[in-house]
Amino acid sequence: MKAFRPLHGAVSLLIDQRTVFKIISLFACLLIVFIASAALGDIKFSPVVAFQTIFGFGDPFQHMVVYSFRMPRILVALFAGAALAMAGAILQGLVRNPLASPDLIGMTAGGSAAVTAFLAIFSDKSNALTVSIGWLPLAAFIGAAVTALLVYMLAWKNGLSPIRLILIGIGLTAAMKAVTTMMMIIGPIYQASKANMWMTGSVNGSSWSDVLMIAPWTIISLVAVMMAGRHLNMQQFGDELAIGAGARVERQRIFFLVLATALVGGAVAFAGGIGFVGLMAPHIARRLVGSHAGGLIPATALIGAILVMLADLAGRTLFLPLEVPAGVFTAAIGAPYFIYLLFRTKG
Amino acid sequence: MTIGKSVTLLLIGTAVVVVLMAASVVYGYTDTTWKGVYDSFTAFNGSNEHLVIQTVRIPRALIAACVGASLAMAGVIMQTLMKNPLASPDILGINSGAGFFVVLGLVMFGISGNQSITWLAFIGAGVAQLLVFVLGSAGREGLTPMKMTLAGAAIGAMFSSMTQGFLVFNEAMLDQALFWLAGSVEGRSLDLLLSVLPYLTVGVFGALLIAGKLNVLSMGEDIARGLGLHIGFTKIVASILIVLLAGGAVAVAGPIGFIGIIIPHIARSWIGLDHRWLLPFSGLLGAALLLVSDIAARYMIMPQEVPVGVMTAVIGVPFFIHIARKGEKSR
Repeated sequence: MKAFRPLHGAVSLLIDQRTVFKIISLFACLLIVFIASAALGDIKFSPVVAFQTIFGFGDPFQHMVVYSFRMPRILVALFAGAALAMAGAILQGLVRNPLASPDLIGMTAGGSAAVTAFLAIFSDKSNALTVSIGWLPLAAFIGAAVTALLVYMLAWKNGLSPIRLILIGIGLTAAMKAVTTMMMIIGPIYQASKANMWMTGSVNGSSWSDVLMIAPWTIISLVAVMMAGRHLNMQQFGDELAIGAGARVERQRIFFLVLATALVGGAVAFAGGIGFVGLMAPHIARRLVGSHAGGLIPATALIGAILVMLADLAGRTLFLPLEVPAGVFTAAIGAPYFIYLLFRTKG
Repeated sequence: MTIGKSVTLLLIGTAVVVVLMAASVVYGYTDTTWKGVYDSFTAFNGSNEHLVIQTVRIPRALIAACVGASLAMAGVIMQTLMKNPLASPDILGINSGAGFFVVLGLVMFGISGNQSITWLAFIGAGVAQLLVFVLGSAGREGLTPMKMTLAGAAIGAMFSSMTQGFLVFNEAMLDQALFWLAGSVEGRSLDLLLSVLPYLTVGVFGALLIAGKLNVLSMGEDIARGLGLHIGFTKIVASILIVLLAGGAVAVAGPIGFIGIIIPHIARSWIGLDHRWLLPFSGLLGAALLLVSDIAARYMIMPQEVPVGVMTAVIGVPFFIHIARKGEKSR
């Protein structure tokens, strides 16, 4: 497709200086949260020690704690948060409804359903998986994609109405939850508790191999979204204006939907169904840098990453020795925020 | 709709529910016969078959009928109250509110016993209903039906995610809580039903009593006010009835979805908009649907059972999507 080729001036990011400054500040926040996450936990370090250890100047014990236990989950939280947030920003732009988010239109639930189905179907009697766990992300991605496709098809009726899209999403979310419950009951109990963690969303037990899979996935998508940002701007104006201005609305919409699905699938596969990030992050970002995609997308990604990292940090430090899944915190903040948004938006 | 026709529909509905209850007693994993059921009443001999019938199947059939009827009637009241065709105890988060409080009690405070579970469910349903009510009437216009549905979905998501969070604290409870959370009428004792029955009865009769007022309310608030209806009072009474019906149903069977949303629509298309007929007929249809779902749930993955909440979702989701698609056209 011609539109995605970064040649003949197709890439115009149009970011003004203040936005650049704000994004740099957000990045600084991200680094602070990152170091705090590396420092805090069951065993506490000072920020300075954590900082040194990250750059390889810690003693072996510190190195092991930070590099083997904390870094993988921090990074997975970072990328999953960024991915979910970007997916939310894309969806909100696409359906021109500030209330859209990957969890509300059922993509997260679809991913979770596929994951539990995978765990239930490919487990033998002794709870061991019969196939490589490496296929799990693919299952999550397929689940999210199938749900997104279903929502899109069912909501299609002489064009796409944003409201119908979300309503159908709510319906399919319920269907996917039923599938999830069913799979958890069929599967062995051990898997049920694992699947339960998954549904709520947690980065507990992430490994470096997870990071190596989710990182490129998210970064490539981020670059793709940035390049296509100006089409997203166009989509936000509505079909009539966008078509009038020469945009191939349907084709671009499908491209963005695929991209959003890829982002959600990746995040769900590694971090589970962390809710409300895809809803909150774009809103906070929009207040900071405005709704222009060039600044909005990176700001959204940074805020999403910060939110999930903080939720994970809270989950593993507040209730020691227990671990609360990060998704509980994002939902506890996100749902009231969502309702506040409902009151604020007109129409 | 003539009165004669409505009465006929109600009678047919009653007959169907009775037949389904009988079928629910007879069919299942343990083979029983119609004759065995009859004998277990007239000449109880303590055999395995008779024990299963008396202690498992009959409570189960009664619970399914009561829960189905309560959920459907709660759905009718909600849809009228909210002027929203998609309103129902599960979509607006009432069920998950009740579920959250029950799990909170079970897992965090070690509460057990039928009475306390019942009360926890009522508190949860009440809190969620209050949230929905406040959200629906805050501001001059309140929320539009569409936004109300979204707010309800958010409330539901919040409660269920917190429920899962609390389950992490106590993995031993997980399996038990999961089956309860999925919604099931299996393995519930008759005592549990009996402890809730007074509230359900009040809910059902209360609903029938305010049926006329709901008719007036459904014409729109301005007309209702013009006709002399005390709107605030009616709404509060209706909300309390919803809490009684939905909270009671959840206390017995866990959050069972979609009965409250699809039955009112089917009932309306058959018997019309008059709540005096609509409410009892919805109750009958709700009972019938839950009985059918429960029987089907036994045969889906024999010898295991599917939670009946999964079955109702399988039936309900296509219907929900149908309403969502149709609803757009009329706007």
